[in-house]
Amino acid sequence: MAEVLDLGPAIGSNIAFLGERIGCKIHVKDLYADLERHAREEATLSCDHGADSLDAVLCWDIFDYLAAPAAAALAGTLVRALRPGGALLALFGSGNTADRSYTRYVIEDDSHLRYRSVPAACGRQRSLQNRDILTLFGGLELFDSVLLKSGVREFVFRKPGEP
Amino acid sequence: MKQESVTIGKSIVIKGEVSGSEDLTIEGHVEGKIELRDHILSIGSSGRVQAHIVAKAIVVHGEVTGNLTAAEKVDIRESGAVDGDIVAPRVAIADGAKFRGSIDMRHEASATASDRSAKGRKAETFTPAPASANGEPVNV
Repeated sequence: MAEVLDLGPAIGSNIAFLGERIGCKIHVKDLYADLERHAREEATLSCDHGADSLDAVLCWDIFDYLAAPAAAALAGTLVRALRPGGALLALFGSGNTADRSYTRYVIEDDSHLRYRSVPAACGRQRSLQNRDILTLFGGLELFDSVLLKSGVREFVFRKPGEP
Repeated sequence: MKQESVTIGKSIVIKGEVSGSEDLTIEGHVEGKIELRDHILSIGSSGRVQAHIVAKAIVVHGEVTGNLTAAEKVDIRESGAVDGDIVAPRVAIADGAKFRGSIDMRHEASATASDRSAKGRKAETFTPAPASANGEPVNV
């Protein structure tokens, strides 16, 4: 059974899609809920999973909300936790760091996400350039990237090696 | 035939093992282990449970810390909060509900949430394909 780590809040339809339709074991670790503590205490956001233990990670746009050192630390733990051949999905916004909200992404079907903004403890910290994103996930290979009309960039990385 | 049901009231605190053969609603505080293999367990909005739970179905309006195993379904309602691992063939999480842990929806009702072995593990992977939320995607 494939194991997926979801760094966003638990959303019923995402659980149903991943668990019932795809047949994954899902680990939910809502890092958005930790953002306020992270901002207040400079606490480290990390992934508790061991090396090579996950088949996929759904980061959503969490990296837009992290300062550079915290983002690098989290990315490092995620890269380590992925199994060879494992995939990582991350979304990156186009800016507007004054907006104190974050986005909940809802998987509608195989090819559609629905999203909505909800209030957040802190706004986006920065807008990463593509080269910064590639550096952030240096241990992974870029598998696909898409620019949406909204300006959001979707990246899928894979960990090198045979599954 | 009328289905029997029992409620553990708001002021009741139980530490130990709870088991039975009727539906149960918890509005109080329970610590330990709860086993209702053929019945429905509801944790009310004032219920606080720190326990390993095994039941036919589990409905959470209150707070649960511990692993949940259900033969049919785990249902976390809007006011519910669960910190633990879930094993059930169906899991419903309402908007606004809080959950942290893992969810295993294998159709093995007898599996327990603490069974973290890699039995039956296959080398399958899931690739989250980029999905367009706003019109046509453009490769970058």
